[in-house]
Amino acid sequence: MNAPATMPATTAQIQAAPTRNIMIVGVGGQGVIMISKVMALLGQKQGLQVKQSEVHGMAKRGGIVFSHVRFGKEVWSPTIAKGDADALIALEWAEGLRWLDHLKPGSGAFIADTRRIVPPFACRNRKTGATMNYASETPAEIVSRVADGYALDATSIAESFGDSRAANTVLLGVLSTTLDYPIEDWLGVIEQLVPKKAREINVKAFEAGRAWAEAAQADPSLRFDHAIAREKTYAKPQDFEVRLEINAAWCKSCDICVKLCPERCLALNEEQIAYLKAPEACTGCHICEWLCPDFAISVNTVSREPASA
Amino acid sequence: MNLQVRDIDAGTAEEAAAPLMGNEAIARGAWEAGVRVAAAYPGTPSTEIMESLGEYPASDLYAEWSTNEKVALDVAIGAALSGVRAMASMKHVGLNVASDSLMSQSYIGVHGGLVLVVCDDPGIHSSQNEQDTRLFARFANVPILEPSDAQEAHDFTKLAFEISEQFDTPVIVRSTTRLSHTRSAVRIGPRVEQAPKGFVDTPSKTVTIPANARRLHPKVVAREAKLAQYFETSPLTVWEKGDRTVGIITGSTAYLYVKEVAPNASILKLGASYPLPEQAIRAFAGSVDRLLVVEELEPVMENEIKAMGIAAEGKVFFPRIGELSPELVRSGLAAAGLMDAPAPAISLDIEPMARPPVLCAGCPHTASYLALRGVDARVAGDIGCYTLAAVEPLRSIDTTVCMGASIANAVGMAAAGETKPIVATIGDSTFLHSGIAPLVDAVYNKADITVVLLDNSITAMTGGQDHPGTGRTLRGEATHKVDYETICRAVGVEWVRKVDPYDIGHLYQTLREAIVHKGVSVVISSRPCVLDPVKIKGTPLAVAAAGCVACQSCMNLGCPSITWTEDMFEGHHKVQIDPATCIGCTLCAQVCPTDCIQPVTQ
Ligand SMILES: Cc1ncc(C[n+]2csc(CCOP(=O)(O)OP(=O)(O)O)c2C)c(N)n1
Ligand code: SF4
Ligand code: SF4
Repeated sequence: MNAPATMPATTAQIQAAPTRNIMIVGVGGQGVIMISKVMALLGQKQGLQVKQSEVHGMAKRGGIVFSHVRFGKEVWSPTIAKGDADALIALEWAEGLRWLDHLKPGSGAFIADTRRIVPPFACRNRKTGATMNYASETPAEIVSRVADGYALDATSIAESFGDSRAANTVLLGVLSTTLDYPIEDWLGVIEQLVPKKAREINVKAFEAGRAWAEAAQADPSLRFDHAIAREKTYAKPQDFEVRLEINAAWCKSCDICVKLCPERCLALNEEQIAYLKAPEACTGCHICEWLCPDFAISVNTVSREPASA
Repeated sequence: MNLQVRDIDAGTAEEAAAPLMGNEAIARGAWEAGVRVAAAYPGTPSTEIMESLGEYPASDLYAEWSTNEKVALDVAIGAALSGVRAMASMKHVGLNVASDSLMSQSYIGVHGGLVLVVCDDPGIHSSQNEQDTRLFARFANVPILEPSDAQEAHDFTKLAFEISEQFDTPVIVRSTTRLSHTRSAVRIGPRVEQAPKGFVDTPSKTVTIPANARRLHPKVVAREAKLAQYFETSPLTVWEKGDRTVGIITGSTAYLYVKEVAPNASILKLGASYPLPEQAIRAFAGSVDRLLVVEELEPVMENEIKAMGIAAEGKVFFPRIGELSPELVRSGLAAAGLMDAPAPAISLDIEPMARPPVLCAGCPHTASYLALRGVDARVAGDIGCYTLAAVEPLRSIDTTVCMGASIANAVGMAAAGETKPIVATIGDSTFLHSGIAPLVDAVYNKADITVVLLDNSITAMTGGQDHPGTGRTLRGEATHKVDYETICRAVGVEWVRKVDPYDIGHLYQTLREAIVHKGVSVVISSRPCVLDPVKIKGTPLAVAAAGCVACQSCMNLGCPSITWTEDMFEGHHKVQIDPATCIGCTLCAQVCPTDCIQPVTQ
């Protein structure tokens, strides 16, 4: 049987070509594009071909933003393939986790700000005892699982220089220790792209990022913030019992409760009296109780003894 | 946030390399080609083309935001027939709106060069579908050029004007989101002015009455053959000789992925995918053992190549849905038995957190939809930022079809006997784009519906462009500002009220009155977008934790400034407001049952 015809020099050649793949991710308004611009210009300064591709369609409305910067002697694809990123820079913690699979296994550097931007979506559960739906992995867990991980509170570092917006420059400082380009080039590019009045802060931020990374490289226990632990858990839904009672005699069918129940669990019956149509959806938030003009609804959330294990 | 690369000196640049985004490169190419008239309606990913053109001197070219894509193309057609080079740009679905003009224009041809730039959105990054414009080119018998990177975007756009004039045809330049939004170095040149040719009196060509159209159609068919012949030898068709075991026919950004993954393959790169250069394809196919076609979206070239009787494989290995990537091209080649499968990426067992886009903190649309949620209506939606109210927590839109569909959809719902109150919601830019005709229809046919016109005085979704209701043109000049109330009254709407959505009680009451009104009622919900044209930031509000009973009524707004705290009340999380992002709209305070949300005092 014939072996399948293999195209010559595919994988080997790509790997041999010194293409640098840097992925920058975050949330709208954080400066993802600014970092991309720095990286692109830096690549250009080394006399390399540069491609920078971004997706920012929903950036303005709090959505995710990501940018791929590639530079090398000859760069074809505008995007970085999964498993091919030399560095992943995350301006927001959960965004970094989203793109982890793009890192080169065994060598890729993961550089993330531990600051969280919690989306409203993460807090959309009115059940009693609900936990926030934000990425639960801690910096310690992630840094131990990637080849070259750095998780720092870059925003606080930047704030200490007077401008939280320089957090992205702190991360650039960290990145600069993992790539082999002259420091003057980094600083030159930053100075070229940052408005005059912000230069001093950004240079300080860059140097602080470098210093932090050098310390972390010397002592791996400094690579992440030990204080950030998993979110605490709360009393479970089954620990509470919600009792909703409607006094039919007092209900005058205005249907205010029906329209404003956030879980849409109330309805009017044939007699036009409010009733709990979807008891399993009721979270005991009390809104109907407070809004009923005739005091016809009462909601009681009582905690009960946890069921024995 | 788009970087603006404006540091190239438009006038003097001889041959310089500048990093340009695909869209900027298209604009630059058009400018260098001497374009005199350019028109567009915004739409991701095409918007920056016109924004970029608007930065070139007004003495070089006339540039406008048009009310919709058909208007944009008609403006460009009028200019081309008057003897100057003209361009219209739009997103893929914009061409649906402009297609009526395109279909006839194909028969008429041009006088000055006419280029239509259409940006597709494979992967549906921000659109309602991922239709493939190459099918439109065939439908209209119009040549279509497909650049793969910013340099080609620049060069092909220039060339498109030449082809247009040489073959007497409009030419489509097709971009995709990836190309439009990728920045790379582009060799640019100076502008070459084209002497205006003036309008030539040729009614047999420019007036498509049936007698003329019958004479014009054979010319279109003959033109197709001439164009195919031209593409046989044009520099747009590139044969890259390589390994002969497999030949790959490709174009657009798919070409880049092929080069990335299989740099040594034999490649026939087609810079124009319609009409196809059959002889070149035959010769190429004959030189390789096996022929593959790698193209994004529909098997357009593949089917045509197969129809030529040439054996080819394509969509059996490569997806017909979504955006291509180096990974997908690689796994397609692996499936074809041509390479090893890619090594698995690191798997860390992490469930990515959902972060859907949301309405901005203080977005005036929030209040309109919260009120709508309260009236329990059947809501026909439209397209804009406000479409985000279709999901929780507002979840108050039942249908979204395409731009301008809402009002007529509501008329149909009423005619079908829907028993809930029927409301159409439509943004200001969308109303002007394609909402007026259906409003006329609703009044004319005595529909019992309510229209909520969401007037935020900007085209927000696409990044804040002016439109006829903002009182400013593309170049920032003051102009007449459309008065919506007058329009509504003029078409016969008797019940029209204007409200401020930040007064949510009043808005809710007005909405209830509008619904009770028999016939067409219009509520104009008027409040500027908080992001564009100026970022609005007022005194933030704060939650007094002691008073918060964790009902999370405020969270029904979906405002991104409001999140949970760890402080609980009866098993529920109390809330907090991020002072950095809160703009102080007070909507949350208005719905708070315990009055615990108050402005931060200092
Ligand atoms: C035919 C067509 N053209 C353009 C678009 C892109 N597009 C989506 S929403 C939108 C503008 C919406 O503006 P407006 O109605 O004022 O609502 P806003 O975003 O300001 O809330 C545009 C241009 C589209 N989807 N379809
Ligand atoms: S950009 Fe404007 S219209 Fe869009 S969500 Fe933000 S405030 Fe609302
Ligand atoms: S006032 Fe309330 S609803 Fe408005 S932006 Fe601030 S937190 Fe959001």
